[in-house]
Amino acid sequence: MTSIDTKSMAIPANPATTSVLFGVKLPTLKLAVTIIGVALALILPFSVESFTVFQLTQVLVYAIAVLGLNLLTGFNGQFSLGHSAFYALGAYTAAIMVDRYEIAFYWTILPAGVICFIGGFLFGLPALRLEGLFLALATFALAVATPQLLRYEHFEGFTGGVQGIDLFKPESPVGALGDDQWLYFVVLVCGVVLLVGARNLTQGRTGRAMMAIRDNPLAARTMGINTSLYKSVTFGVSGAYTGIAGALGAAVAEFVAPDSFTFFLSVWLLVGMVIGGLGSIPAAIVGGLFILYVPNISEALIAQFFGDDPSAKALIGVAFGCFLIFAVYVMPNGLAGFVRWFVVRYARPGV
Amino acid sequence: MDQFLQQTLSGLANGAIYASLALAVVMIYQAIDHFNFAQGEMAMFSTFIAWQLIAWGAPYWVAFLVCLAISFIGGMAIERIIFAPIHDAPALSHVVVFIALTLIFNAMAGFTWEFTIKEFPSPFPAELPFKTTLIGPHELGIVGITLIMLGLIYVFFRFTPVGLAMRAAAASPDSALLVGISVKKMLGLGWGLAAAIGAVAGMMIAPVVFLEPNMMLGILLYGFAGAVVGGLTSPGGAVVGGFLMGVLENLAGAYVIGSELKLTFALVVIVTVLLFRPAGLFGRVVVQRV
Repeated sequence: MTSIDTKSMAIPANPATTSVLFGVKLPTLKLAVTIIGVALALILPFSVESFTVFQLTQVLVYAIAVLGLNLLTGFNGQFSLGHSAFYALGAYTAAIMVDRYEIAFYWTILPAGVICFIGGFLFGLPALRLEGLFLALATFALAVATPQLLRYEHFEGFTGGVQGIDLFKPESPVGALGDDQWLYFVVLVCGVVLLVGARNLTQGRTGRAMMAIRDNPLAARTMGINTSLYKSVTFGVSGAYTGIAGALGAAVAEFVAPDSFTFFLSVWLLVGMVIGGLGSIPAAIVGGLFILYVPNISEALIAQFFGDDPSAKALIGVAFGCFLIFAVYVMPNGLAGFVRWFVVRYARPGV
Repeated sequence: MDQFLQQTLSGLANGAIYASLALAVVMIYQAIDHFNFAQGEMAMFSTFIAWQLIAWGAPYWVAFLVCLAISFIGGMAIERIIFAPIHDAPALSHVVVFIALTLIFNAMAGFTWEFTIKEFPSPFPAELPFKTTLIGPHELGIVGITLIMLGLIYVFFRFTPVGLAMRAAAASPDSALLVGISVKKMLGLGWGLAAAIGAVAGMMIAPVVFLEPNMMLGILLYGFAGAVVGGLTSPGGAVVGGFLMGVLENLAGAYVIGSELKLTFALVVIVTVLLFRPAGLFGRVVVQRV
């Protein structure tokens, strides 16, 4: 009754590779966009001030987290409103390792991923019995409970309680790069590795199994796919992605505290995923940009109209909410879906 | 022993709130098969409306009734404007829209009334006419108001034609349509009722937790837990589940885990019940035809 029907959100097959858009062959166009994107990612940190570099780093961090959520929801059809918990788990893993055991930051990224993989896998096991909405409910509970767990007095020795843990940005070993730029490139490398990993994961046999489960769990099982295993592993991988984002985010913010990981963080990630596009990997970057820059832009706009009234900032939430409803009504597949539609509509078969 | 009784009774007071929210959640779940994640924020927004009316000088009970009416109409409007167009959309779209509503209500309240904590008056006398240390006057009032409300709702669903039509529309929309019930209207009515019930819960809990935009998140979680424990297909069960969660919360807080992990307790209850008895205590098992 509550089975998820994401079929209508499935990705239409790419038009034939010979199609032409704007007089350019599609694969060429795709390559060009990728090259421009990579070039921008490499050049930008040198041409903007360090605060913008910090923001761009945060965009990448969000993008990785959104990608993790998208693997779970977009490709496997499982909902999660609880990814703030995995983000927090990753962030705290990194922070505790750096703060208490004085391990260099770089060595905390992988353990954060591994711990979140285990966490996700374990949460995914009971989640197997919870379909669709019930999973949304269970993960909602997880997200609401997370800040309280982090504040819990008996964990205070590790988590620093309400105060949280202060961190320092890793120092840049390369003279030519400032600390901000260095961290940007660290995050960028992680992001690219994870992006390529997600692409390979979803384009192969595993990805087809994941999507088959999303589209029709029963049929997938009949075809011999071990749905339980795939669903829990997807949950684990998704958790790992988000956890790595959390670890990187901890270094970017130089600070972890329970109140940074409320239910609303989960909501931002969900917003990023829906606006970017379900079941699309590059959409994660759009999601990251959206999560960071739309509040900033709205804040500037609001400041123009309402002055410096602090409660006016709340209007950002209204803007986000309206964007979400707009997306559901008009672009259910997000920006990625729009691009796909545009290509299908305007690409002409080539020679 | 005294402490045990005290904890149980004040648990019942909280439980009354959870029961109301659980009932509101179940009503919408019955009608459209979705969880209303925005129920808490809707209730919070209604409470702010009541607060504003009182601040403008309205007597408490006038504000109470006007707030109920506004919430009822608001609930119907939300159904008609936002949810009717996506009635057949996939579950994810619904979840996203509910989350969007949560955001919008939370932010609107913060924008209109700011994020500072506000006092909300209690309509009940400061002292009870009889002497007891077991339960405070406001707590007793909460339980009383909730029981009256639940009684009215029971009578409405059990003995009025509209109530019967609503139950029919929820149980079997197609058959209901065939016998001439306007399922659309019933859906709207259900939303209106759920919003009004939530408003009562909000106004009753506000004097205890203080009024601010984020006040309902934890309470909603307990409402969900109550609904899950009682069974999502059983409104009566949801009410019992809500009261049960209130008492369990207090007893567990006093004797087992301390007050700091209350939300985690709700998480554990939700996951455990969903795992081992997904239909809840009173729900019926829904069999899916393949």
